Amino acid sequence: MSDSTYTPTELMIIAAARALSGTRTVFVGVGLPNVACNVARRTVAPDLELIYESGVYDARPARQPLSIGDPTLVTRATSVVSMADLFGLYLQGGRVEVALLGGAQIDRHGNLNSTVIGDYARPVTRLPGSGGACEIAINAQRIFVIMQLKKRAFVRKLDFLTSPGHPARQGTGPDIPGHGPQLVVTDKGMFDFNNQEREMQLVSRHPGCTMEEIRAEVGWDVRVAAGAGTTPPPTTGELLILREARGTMAGGE
Amino acid sequence: MADKLMSMKEAINLHVPDGSSVCIEGFTAFICFAAGHEIIRQRKRNLTLIRMTPDLIYDQMVAAGVARKMVFSYLGNPGVGALHCVRRAVERGSPAPLEVEEYSHYGMVGRYVAGASRLPFFPLRSYAGSDLPKVNERIRFVDSPFGDETVAVVPPINPDVTIVHTQRADREGNAHLWGLLGAQKEAAFAGRRVIVVAEEIVDEAVIRADPNRTLIPGLIVHAVVHEPHGAHPSYVQGYYDRDNEFYLEWDKLSRDESRVREWLNEWVYSVADRAEYLRKLGAARMEKLRPGPAPAAAVDYGEYK
Repeated sequence: MSDSTYTPTELMIIAAARALSGTRTVFVGVGLPNVACNVARRTVAPDLELIYESGVYDARPARQPLSIGDPTLVTRATSVVSMADLFGLYLQGGRVEVALLGGAQIDRHGNLNSTVIGDYARPVTRLPGSGGACEIAINAQRIFVIMQLKKRAFVRKLDFLTSPGHPARQGTGPDIPGHGPQLVVTDKGMFDFNNQEREMQLVSRHPGCTMEEIRAEVGWDVRVAAGAGTTPPPTTGELLILREARGTMAGGE
Repeated sequence: MADKLMSMKEAINLHVPDGSSVCIEGFTAFICFAAGHEIIRQRKRNLTLIRMTPDLIYDQMVAAGVARKMVFSYLGNPGVGALHCVRRAVERGSPAPLEVEEYSHYGMVGRYVAGASRLPFFPLRSYAGSDLPKVNERIRFVDSPFGDETVAVVPPINPDVTIVHTQRADREGNAHLWGLLGAQKEAAFAGRRVIVVAEEIVDEAVIRADPNRTLIPGLIVHAVVHEPHGAHPSYVQGYYDRDNEFYLEWDKLSRDESRVREWLNEWVYSVADRAEYLRKLGAARMEKLRPGPAPAAAVDYGEYK
């Protein structure tokens, strides 16, 4: 049963949760991705284990985590390890199936910028930087990007490439163990990279979003996949679980 | 057993000279604000500040003018937003320019590991395709001597002094730590000198009763400081929670340079030490941050005679 009283952000979170179907290990930050994981655990991915770069494996937070370093992530986790072990043994060791990433800018190949807007030496806006994102993008088996679809974010050319997506052409660069970005979940539609050029393509529009609205928010001539359709709206059950999760667990970024 | 217990004032005066490189580690947890404030109070200058996540502590230190350079991997007020003082320094050179040397988290962790274990570099699978190596020539790539793979490498780092906050330590500096371990152990072993700051000073027997929890041995420690609540407004697992109200308040007030100066005057320059800071803060505020109990089952190491 579908429900028509949802917001674009709610559909974005539910779409991300659905994409986690069958996943066991997910590398996650606070905020909306955290909520998506909590919805996924109660719907399509009951065995989902949350991994945080702060060193927490399989967190069971009793309250809304204020940051990825919140003490509620430690208490009753399966394991808490040093960051050397988290990045070396868990992430680089190939134990992370999916990582949820975001950024200030993304380009058509799924490259992400979280470093600067403007020139690096004298930036207009100094952003936080990589944190673990650069190695997460390279080592997680699959990357899902969650971002609001905005023209200033979906750009033809990044101001800085922090975390790599798919290489523009096949090169001989350093080995990348993961398979790179698989999915971009936005508030207006979903994109994948399933074509020869590994270029972002629209696979489904959210109900009520027109092609014109989507094109207006993308800084390049966006491809549309053959057979692209409409994202199924949230079911009443999904919305109930999401609203309960946001009430108790929603991250406030 | 050497008794290295001293006041924060003595430890900073003795081990943090002008121009040195200082690492106050702690990933969201265990951030030793007490040490940062004492460095500001002693008006240290031209420091190189090393930390994965500069957090509010380095935002305050940069605003106070102690730093020349910062080495880091993530600039943010965790879960809240930006570090406005650092941003002003980087974007506008205000109040003074700040040189930055930037890595990813695993790059920083690797630098500590290499520094601690005396390796010329640390190899990692990162930075491929990223612009970070273009703006930091110390991030490089090498070919594997055992195959045809290429991996990224970062150089070792050995801070002149590493300062780590812990739950408990004995007077020699053997320290127990639990919760988010971050890179506390690696940063401490990488430090040329180490200051251990502890919520509690305990008898050596308490340490010896649970040796797996001793992340930092007195062997590498130069000074031990007893500073209860020394990590406020960050937190110490099992002792107190993050004072999130302060993190939110800092986000507002740090947008205005004059308000930052007023805050530093009121909360750092005008107080003698952490004890006075805590009196000014009021016991009720710390009491509100005390968590409920969640003890682990006891561990029995066994008696072998």
